[in-house]
Amino acid sequence: MPVLEVDNITKLYGESVAVDTLSFTIDQGETYGLLGPNGAGKTTAISMIVGVLDRDAGQVRVGGRPHSPADRRSKALIGYVPQDLALYHDISARENLRFFTKLYGMSRAAAAREIERVLEAVGLADRADDAVRTYSGGMARRLNIAIGLLHRPKLLILDEPTVGVDPQSRNAILASVRELAGEGVAILYTTHYMEEAERLCDRIGILDGGRLRAEGTRRELVGLVGEHDQVVFKVEGDPAHAVPVLEAAPGVGRVQRVEGEDGEVVAFVADARAAMTELMAAVAAGGVAVRSVEVREPDLEAVFLHLTGRALRD
Amino acid sequence: MRAALTILLKDLRQQFRDTTLLTFGLALPLGLAFLLTLTLGGNEKQQFIGRYAVAGGAAFTEQVLRPMAERGYITLRELPGWDAGAALVDKGEVDAVFVVPPDGRTGTLEVIGNVDAAIAVDVARGLAQSYATELRTTGLAVAVAMQGRDADAGELARLAQAAPTPVALDTSTPVLRKQLDPATYHAAGMAVFFLFFGAVVSAAGIFAERAGGTLVRLIAAPIPRWSIVAGKSVGGVVTGIVTMTVLIATSGLLLGARWGDPLGVAALVAATVLAVCGITTVVASFARTAEQASNWVSIVATVLGVFGGALFPIAQVGLLPYLGYVTPHRWFLSGLAELAGGGTASAVVSPVLVLLAIAVVTGGVAVHRSGRMLRVTGGVA
Repeated sequence: MPVLEVDNITKLYGESVAVDTLSFTIDQGETYGLLGPNGAGKTTAISMIVGVLDRDAGQVRVGGRPHSPADRRSKALIGYVPQDLALYHDISARENLRFFTKLYGMSRAAAAREIERVLEAVGLADRADDAVRTYSGGMARRLNIAIGLLHRPKLLILDEPTVGVDPQSRNAILASVRELAGEGVAILYTTHYMEEAERLCDRIGILDGGRLRAEGTRRELVGLVGEHDQVVFKVEGDPAHAVPVLEAAPGVGRVQRVEGEDGEVVAFVADARAAMTELMAAVAAGGVAVRSVEVREPDLEAVFLHLTGRALRD
Repeated sequence: MRAALTILLKDLRQQFRDTTLLTFGLALPLGLAFLLTLTLGGNEKQQFIGRYAVAGGAAFTEQVLRPMAERGYITLRELPGWDAGAALVDKGEVDAVFVVPPDGRTGTLEVIGNVDAAIAVDVARGLAQSYATELRTTGLAVAVAMQGRDADAGELARLAQAAPTPVALDTSTPVLRKQLDPATYHAAGMAVFFLFFGAVVSAAGIFAERAGGTLVRLIAAPIPRWSIVAGKSVGGVVTGIVTMTVLIATSGLLLGARWGDPLGVAALVAATVLAVCGITTVVASFARTAEQASNWVSIVATVLGVFGGALFPIAQVGLLPYLGYVTPHRWFLSGLAELAGGGTASAVVSPVLVLLAIAVVTGGVAVHRSGRMLRVTGGVA
């Protein structure tokens, strides 16, 4: 049974449709990414799922229970990490966490245990008693996430948690999310960073203009637009010599010499990793001197461009 | 209820840490009450003493000024004439000089005043005017008594003794006793005036949660939405009662304010805090941001404070005195006046009931509008 079932949720602002009949599900331990540019409707969709914003149509079920803004039992199953920092800056991290353990009805002993756990998990144990206003942006982001993890939710919803975060903190956040998924937590993750969605998510929904344009694993989405992996060879001497050699190799769709790049030839294959051994054998047999080899997999940027006619960061 | 209490305790901790409560609840009202009492008078330990001098007019000196000096109301110096008086006033050594005609009865009674001692000069003018009026009255009475008679001095004295005793002012009547002394009046006025500024911190707390991004987290938590509003509202009431209580105790110790029957004062404080919190929450519910709410409440607090007579006694002109009846200030102060007149808790039943009625009406409107304050109209990112 899916942990989260979203069924045709819709939000209207006057004549404008912010989210249009959005549907998807997330299973236990699965990480689902909602990928879309700013203004695509990600935050509105999440706000409706969490119960912060009223829906104009559609249903949401959490843990098999119909979920509404007034349903406290289904709300208790959700850990929510809003896009904006939702912290009290004049009090310490520990006091912030303690406040939310009380709102979630945790016992004193459980609260103390979980506070220590999440502080360790986000690497803030040594600064737990400092006022949040003294934190760096990355530390505040990590505390923002820690609050969402406090009550061990079955469904964790993270709304662009890495916006404005330094690379080190971003990596730590992504690692934490992967770990949680490994523990069986269902995760809904919104981002407009294509790389994050590719690294983190088991399945991805591409949202644009409030509508889900496509959904699937990264490979399924790439397959939708017929893109292929690229194996880029840099060769010694005339690259024209390498073209027929590569064209003759098994599994190669076509070969293209790259104009303007010194000695670069690109072989288009369905699966670069699978084809690599035979390609290397072919160029060796053909007497092509290879300086370097690079694999370029088709990315979601291309998929988004194909589906919407716009770049992801437009 | 538990969630509301959790939110309340968190808010109290934040307010104490950022000193908002201390500033608006205690420091400002107490400081202003002290300044007003000091500048406008009222503390018996700091009684007004005029520094006067007199030139000529032995009768005026002996009948009016000397008795006042002996009672310690004024200091008195006798001078040879106008020039000496003017010189002392210029030097600031006396507040006013009376220059009395030599016979004390005809001519001009002049007051030379120091421009830097307006109150003392006004008092001096009042004394001079009273003396001149009395002389004129006496002369008139004598003229009437002697009309058509050939009276001698002995008969005049007999007539004067037979005259009825003039009307005297009895300052012990209840109406006059039901008046706050200046220290209590200023402390009470400032307390209820600044109560609005403390209450708006709680009333606009939802906007602060929204601006800080934490409102969505509170709404997403498994707690009823009303507990968020309740936590904020109860916070205003609790902080209001605490700051008023501390202010009353402190003003009693530092300013000599006399508040009266503790039970009556407690009832008035509780009802006033509820009424002010209701008004503040209604005003805040029309705002969009914490800043806007604070600005609007400041305007409302000032207008109500003026009409309620919390800042200064309101003029008895036209409808002005009646406007005060729609303000909590007016009822709080009139309740305290009842207690100052020796009344017990039963004497403040009417003001307390009116204040509670204000609280119920405004509280009802605030609850009705609280849904709007909690509404999230988030973006579509």
